[in-house]
Order: sequence, then structure tokens, then C-alpha cells
Amino acid sequence: MRAASPAAEFWAEFSANRIAVGALAVVVILATAALAAPLIVPQDPYDLGRLALVDARRPPGSVSSQGFTFWLGSDAQGRDILSAILFGLRTSIQISVMAGAIAFVLGAALGATAAFVGGRVEAAIMRVVDLQLSLPAILLALVLAATLGRGRWQLIAALVAAQYAYFARTAHGAAKAERAKDYVAALLSTPLPAHRIVLRHILPNCLPPLLVVATVQVANAIALEATLSFLGVGLPVSEPSLGTLIANGFQFLLSGRYWISIYPGVALIVLIVAINLVGDQLRDQLNPRLRR
Amino acid sequence: MYAIGNPIDVLISPDATQEIRDSAISAYGLDRPLWQQYLAFVDRLLRGDFGRSFVFNAPVLDLILARLPATLELTLAAVLGGTLLGIPLGVYAGYRPDGTFAKLVMGVSILGFSVPTFWIGLVLIFVFAVELGWLPAGGRGRTVEVLGVGWSFMTLDGLRHLVLPALTLSLFKFAMMVRLARAGTREVLVTDIVRFARAAGESEWTILSRHVLELIGIPLVTVFGLEFGSTLAFAVVTETIFSWPGCGKLIIDSIQALDRPVMVGYLMLVALLFVVINLLVDVAYAALDPRIRTTGGQ
Repeated sequence: MRAASPAAEFWAEFSANRIAVGALAVVVILATAALAAPLIVPQDPYDLGRLALVDARRPPGSVSSQGFTFWLGSDAQGRDILSAILFGLRTSIQISVMAGAIAFVLGAALGATAAFVGGRVEAAIMRVVDLQLSLPAILLALVLAATLGRGRWQLIAALVAAQYAYFARTAHGAAKAERAKDYVAALLSTPLPAHRIVLRHILPNCLPPLLVVATVQVANAIALEATLSFLGVGLPVSEPSLGTLIANGFQFLLSGRYWISIYPGVALIVLIVAINLVGDQLRDQLNPRLRR
Repeated sequence: MYAIGNPIDVLISPDATQEIRDSAISAYGLDRPLWQQYLAFVDRLLRGDFGRSFVFNAPVLDLILARLPATLELTLAAVLGGTLLGIPLGVYAGYRPDGTFAKLVMGVSILGFSVPTFWIGLVLIFVFAVELGWLPAGGRGRTVEVLGVGWSFMTLDGLRHLVLPALTLSLFKFAMMVRLARAGTREVLVTDIVRFARAAGESEWTILSRHVLELIGIPLVTVFGLEFGSTLAFAVVTETIFSWPGCGKLIIDSIQALDRPVMVGYLMLVALLFVVINLLVDVAYAALDPRIRTTGGQ
């Protein structure tokens, strides 16, 4: 009998936790629906020619003037909430995954460099990182987003600036531990260039904790992005994310038209909770201290 | 400093003459090189002058100080509420980790971690203000002047206005305190200290309320301190939703009005506050754990 591959073993352990598997399924379904949004929605929510004011603010379940059903109601412009949610989900996921990926690369590079080089460089980098970690991410992102202006890339930059420090600290800790091991000493005695040792040998061994941070940070980025957009310093109105949708519906909430705000929020929370549950399981599996 | 929005455009109506524009620019020192402007800014900052708001044409420090009591009141209510409820429930959840109640508490705490603050606020407004009509949706209500500052918690109406925003803001603290207290309690319960205390015939209540609480105190104080700072930051969101007239609402309004001096002044004060809080946390450590006191005092 052949020994199971590490990936198969990993999956076997992961699938033993039913909640984590369910959460992973939810994440995959939501991400797929968001990616395929233009193909599957009943109405293009941002084609103004398709919106009819007679359909405005219909409660969930009503039938639109064009024949399809507003399963989750419609907003003030007669926009189908379900379609708007899928498009918003798409924007939210794109932004937060992009921000998470950039923060990952930047943070891992800084953390690994600090751990490998040591000395003053390490002290300088890690002091900045510590300083940033002591400030709340939301405040940092808020100020940056406000200073840079509204826009997709400005928002991503603000999210990266607020989040890279978490990756840097994790990468630093892990790389520091690897740096002290014998295989690195052996590599250092070879004529291999330093960047190759860091990139090909040290960083791959630091991946497990970084992956855990990445899952949590993508969930945080989604919440942060929604908060910034809700406050009006995030995405421009032409690219609505879930946060923008919730903000738009806020004024109608007070008159009892809950569906415009509440359903996009439900989508947001289901996504965040599901990602966090997957992250919890990954952390338990990848944390060597909890392994028997 | 002026990355977007020319402050002059905010200050002066577009049909003003060029002379008026020029005189305003030189009055604010905007025609000087950047480093001179910066040095002038630092110089004024060191003398406690945070500049004047473009929008209110009033000193920034006065604006912020006038709104600080509202923010502090909200933050204190949230942090105290979250802590006083979170620690006992967390200790209990650690004491009886498999009980139904403990699982319920942990479920709420997972939600508190995942759900964004602004969303909690929306749902609370919808349920308690719109549907049930029990509590007001925004504002501060009647305040009572004490020491020249208005406070909401002194009147019934003010308290009614305080409940929802404070609850919104406290859920995250609550979640964090529950988790920490639960993890700490589970670790402490298996130590010799607890075993000896039981052998000495102390009641479970005494063990939990005296020994366990003392042993898990240090991380709780750290988090309490640091969270107090971040709660001030999150108050930005809560204040906006509930139209609570504090610093957070001021900063959001300033961002939208491109009122740069207020934004900078607010940031400076928050940074200062963080330094003070970190210092207080360190002092609290020494008070809680004799091993941390290095010299003297013996």
C-alpha cells in the first residue's frame, strides 16, 4: 500500500471537522457565485436602462415589472437586491484578496529580511512593525483612505498599509526560528546567494503560520473594506461593495424597509464567519504545539 | 499633508478675486516651502496649538475637547460593560466548558469577533428603535452639566440614548474578554494552586473569584488597556451610525469636508492617548504581579 501524500493526509484531517468543511463549502459557493455574477443574476444592477422606478423599494418576494422575482426585494432605484449583493460580493472579494496578497508578499519579505539580516536592520523594521501593531488597523486605514481619496487602488493601498504588519511579525517569528536551524547554517557555508536561501529554503518553511494569518486577514480585510465604504471613504459609488450597499440602505432602515441594508449585511457576515471558521481549523492543524 | 483637496478651495468661494485668494494663501502660510510649513506646524504643536479648523474657524483643540466627553462616556460604558460581563461569563465558560450555557456564550463571542461593528449597530437600531420602538435610534438625549460638561448617563433619557451605541461598541470587547478569561481559567484550573486550594477546603466560589481571577489578571489588564484605545478608534463607526456627537463623528465629518487641521489634531491626540494607555498598563502590571517589580518596594 502506498503512503498517503501530505496533501491527502492534510485533507483527511481537515474533513474530520464537519463545521470547517461546511464553512469551506460556503466560502467556495459564495466565491463562485460572486465570480459568475454577471452570468447568473436576473438583472444587471448597474445598467441604468434596465432599472424601472415602478419597481423601487419592493419587499422581498414581489415580482418585478420585467417578470422576474425580487427574492430579496429591491432598492430605491428598483434594483434587485440579490443581483446587487452578488456584484457587491464580487467587488468585496476582489479587493480584500488583492489587498491580502500584496500585504502577504510585503509583510513576508520584510519579516524574513529582518530575521535573516538581523542587527540594526532587524531592529528598525520590527520597531516600525510594532509601532503599527499598537495602533488600531481601522484608524490607520481610515486616515489613509481619507488622505488618498476614493478609488479601488487607494483603498487597496490603505488596507495593505493597515495589514502588512501582521504578516511581517508572523514571518519574522517563523524565519527567526528557521534561521537558527542547522540546515540554514549548512546552506550559509555554500556559495548560494542570500536571497536564494531566504526565498527557496527559509520562506517555504514559514508558510504554515503565514497561511493562517492570511485567512484571518482576508476576513478582516472584507470587514474593514465594508466599514470604510460604509463610512464613505472606501470605494466610489460607481463600484459598490457590500459596505456601500449597506450604507445606501441605511436611510430606509429607519422607515422599516430592512431588506435593502440587512440582506447585504447577512451575505457579508456569512462570508466572514465562514472564512474565520476555515481559518480556525487551519490554525489548529498547522500549529505544531497542538499536534500529538 | 494636502494629498487630496486643495484647502483653499474649501475655504474660499470659487468666485472670489485673485487678491482674496492670494491673501488667504499667505495668511495660512500655504505659499511657503513644505519644510517651513512643517516646522511651523511642529513648533505650534509643541506649544499646544493644533491650528484652526477650516470649517468651524475655531481652534482644533477646543473642538476636540468639546466633543471628547461624549466619546469618553460612550467608550467607558462599552469597555466597562464588556469587561464586567465578559470576564465572569468567560471564567464560567472555562469552569464548565462543556455546558450548554458555556457553548452559548462562546457562540455569541464568535459572532462578536466576526460581525463588523457598523452592522451590529444597524441591526440593533432596526430591532430596538424601528420595530420595537423601545429605544431612540440616535443622538445623546438630555444631558446634565457637571463640571461644565454635559453627560448623558445622569438622566434616564440620556441613558436610553446610551444603551444601543454602548452595546454595539461593547460586543467586540465582550467577545475578547470571554475568550481570554475562558482560556486563562482552563489553564489555571489544572495547576497545583487550585488543587491545594481545594485540598484546603476552600469553596469553588472562593477559588474562582479570588485565585483564578488573580492569576488570569495580567493578560486581561493588557487587553483591557489596549482595547480601550482601539475602542476609541471604533467609536468612529458607532458614533457615525448613532449620530453620537463625539470625536469620532467630528473626524468623519472633517474627512468629508476636507478639514485637514482637525484630522491631524485628532490623530495627534489619539497617538498621545495610546502612549498614556500603554504606560498605565505597564504600571498596572507591577501592581498585579510582584515579580515584575524590579527594584525598590521590598
